[in-house]
Amino acid sequence: MTITRRSLAFAGALLAGIAAMPVGAATAQELKIGLAAEPSSADPHFHNLTPNNQVARHIFETLISQDEFQRLGVGLAQSWKLIDDLTWEFSLRPNVKFHDGSPFTADDVIFSFNRVPNVPKSPAPKTSFIRGKTLEKVNDLTLRIKTPSPYPLMLNDLAQIEIMSAKAAANVTTEDLNAGKGTVGTGPYQFVEFVPGDRLVLKRNDAHWAGKPAWEKVTFRFIKADPTRVAALLSGDVDVIENVPSADVTRLKSDNRVTVSSALSNRLIYLHMDRLRDDTPFIKAKDGSAIKNPFNNLKVRQALSMALNRQAIVDRIMEGEAVVAGQLLPDIYQGTSRTLKPVAYNVDGARKLLAEAGFPNGFSLTIHGPNGRYPNDTKVIEAVAQMFTRVGIDTKVETLPPAVFFSRASTGGPNRTPEFSMILAGWSAGTGEASGSLGPLLGTFDAQAGIGSANRGRYSNPEVDALLKKALATVNDGERAKLLAQGTEVAINDVGLIPVYYNKNTWAARKGLKVIGRTDEYTLAMSITR
Amino acid sequence: MLAFIIRRVAQALFVVLAMVVIVFFGTYVVGDPVWMMVPGDATQEQVEQVRREFGFDKPVYLQFMLFVADVLQGEFGRSYVHGGSAIGLILDRMPATLELAFVALVMAIVIGMPLGLFAGLKPDHPAARAIMAGSILGFSLPTFWVGLMLIMFFSVMLGWLPATGRGPTTTILGIETSLLTLQGWKHIALPALNLALLKISLVIRLARSGTREASLQDYVKFARAKGLSPRRIVGVHILKNIMIPIVTVLGLEFGSLVAFSIVTETIFAWPGMGKLLLESIQRLDRPLIVAYVMVVVLLFVTINLIVDILYSALDPRVRLAGKNE
Repeated sequence: MTITRRSLAFAGALLAGIAAMPVGAATAQELKIGLAAEPSSADPHFHNLTPNNQVARHIFETLISQDEFQRLGVGLAQSWKLIDDLTWEFSLRPNVKFHDGSPFTADDVIFSFNRVPNVPKSPAPKTSFIRGKTLEKVNDLTLRIKTPSPYPLMLNDLAQIEIMSAKAAANVTTEDLNAGKGTVGTGPYQFVEFVPGDRLVLKRNDAHWAGKPAWEKVTFRFIKADPTRVAALLSGDVDVIENVPSADVTRLKSDNRVTVSSALSNRLIYLHMDRLRDDTPFIKAKDGSAIKNPFNNLKVRQALSMALNRQAIVDRIMEGEAVVAGQLLPDIYQGTSRTLKPVAYNVDGARKLLAEAGFPNGFSLTIHGPNGRYPNDTKVIEAVAQMFTRVGIDTKVETLPPAVFFSRASTGGPNRTPEFSMILAGWSAGTGEASGSLGPLLGTFDAQAGIGSANRGRYSNPEVDALLKKALATVNDGERAKLLAQGTEVAINDVGLIPVYYNKNTWAARKGLKVIGRTDEYTLAMSITR
Repeated sequence: MLAFIIRRVAQALFVVLAMVVIVFFGTYVVGDPVWMMVPGDATQEQVEQVRREFGFDKPVYLQFMLFVADVLQGEFGRSYVHGGSAIGLILDRMPATLELAFVALVMAIVIGMPLGLFAGLKPDHPAARAIMAGSILGFSLPTFWVGLMLIMFFSVMLGWLPATGRGPTTTILGIETSLLTLQGWKHIALPALNLALLKISLVIRLARSGTREASLQDYVKFARAKGLSPRRIVGVHILKNIMIPIVTVLGLEFGSLVAFSIVTETIFAWPGMGKLLLESIQRLDRPLIVAYVMVVVLLFVTINLIVDILYSALDPRVRLAGKNE
């Protein structure tokens, strides 16, 4: 990662001096997109990860669609109703054809749901989205889905399962799908070829039910190195790039050959504090003697939040490509609080709270975080450490490669408990609503129930748990949103974690192209227009 | 000769085994690969399911024994991330890397030799000094920086050459290559030059010092006294004698061109195995890392063997079989 990181600065410096810059015009009907991360497979059910899902969205469709703000809408299902608390009935879109010409019916949906748990050696199966659901075909275009208990997130889950053709994909393996055998969906683009490490090529599905898609041919090129991706755009190798390095954003914005667009992301960058132990391993008194875990004191947690100059982090380190955060998700999402605001920066207030909490001289702390997982992650942690040091907490920083960091942060301690005292990490709500953040981040850790799975601070508050549980059994959208907002307010006012900022996703395109940015970080040919 | 080759192969097997053990346990110590596989919002249950599926929940010695058992059955493991056979994934990417390394090697010889000869024959000429100064830059400038400079200059500013990727490939005699089309050469020019830069400098230095040394030798003086044309002196008597160290070094360097093309492949998005390795290390894809190491070790051993055989052809004083007796 050092290479990329250092070279980034060079690229920034270089771009400054370039006056005459040919941005090539590609052939009118072809779109070339430079992706930062490569899909590991063309099998939509193999690996539940953003690079895979975004490519799959072109070829395959889901019963429920998500727009650029992850709002749910019609997809292959054109309407639905609740028959009772436990039974949903979906009416499927008629006259939809797969790429091989065969018609789309309820059998394909059932086939796809049965396939999900049976993909061998799947590194990240989509099983959680089908759990507890029993599918029942009423007729070719009507489908019922039953759950054992009322399940409000039904539509969110259905938006994650790609529908494959029961005929074309019967008995095909992941390797077959990578080679194009059975890679047959109903989506706006058809699979042409996948050359791992290099490119993935799609062509237009002229028979798509929503009308003819805009591009005749779409080529995704995998260009991991940040400066190279920018250079590929500037030299006309590609028309659009994703994940514009923040160091280059300002420069590209002022360049009239390129348009930059960005969208608020659902990814929160936050600090989690160890609430599991009375003696936490990376906190000591300033003289090195052992002290009880100060994070168990609300005033200390409030002081830390107050010590953060979030705006400075956003402006100086993220170059404006982020938004200060006061809760778990930006408030455009369902179930977020209307009242929570980012905690104001106040050094004196933080010092006063620390003194009141019995730490007038502060203490010493080590923050851990990943190096190269999120944009500018190491720099952000270093800035946070300086801000804490300013209010009297001697803060050291230790960043680790992501693989090492997440493994130790989750299970590195005794008995597979989290290892660190304070971590910086990021979280995005895959469900596109608040329970997808509140449950994993701040619900009491419960491996069986699947709650608190990312609660690496082991924050536990019965009031939050009760509100969450109630919300997850409430099918009425408005009431559920209210309960989730309430739960978020309780947890954030109790400083279960410290929100820092929400990322922004950034795209750059050659002049004349328009990219509609998406909150879920997907780069879709369907969002790019002339 | 045969005994020599057999001994070499036995040594190679030992090296491969040692490397596999080191890499296997090394990657185990680094971290649990499951965290690089599951999405950020995976539940504990999903994480445990994946750990069981891939056997990460077993103690490391057991994981190693299972791996060895697979290898003995000819199965070198499947990539965690891609699902396919690890060796297969690497072999798929190998032609691209070999092609790049080969073009870089040819560039090193074609550019480095004449410059080095010139610098050796006329050490005080200003151009010779410039060449030597340039070779110091070639040694000391970091590859990724030079790569970015090349992209900025030739692709972004001048727009002559594409910045990334490999040209269209054709298969000829079972070998997949992009060198048969103009487009392919345009794509390979910058990455190959970037990869070759260090080797060009190396060849310049070797050729220069070899030439300077050889031009003082008695046989050169004698040839000159005999009235041979300078062209013949340089082309036959000097060149042949300075070739030995250059062949040795370039032989070994070809291995390192292949093995360490990682930076160049990443910068130029060249779809070779170096780029694959870098991604695999970041994702802790152990089967791929182990397979890569095995392939590269075998490659090095093979190259060394070929170099030794070439050596004996170039210098009749070297007798392979005799060396070990």
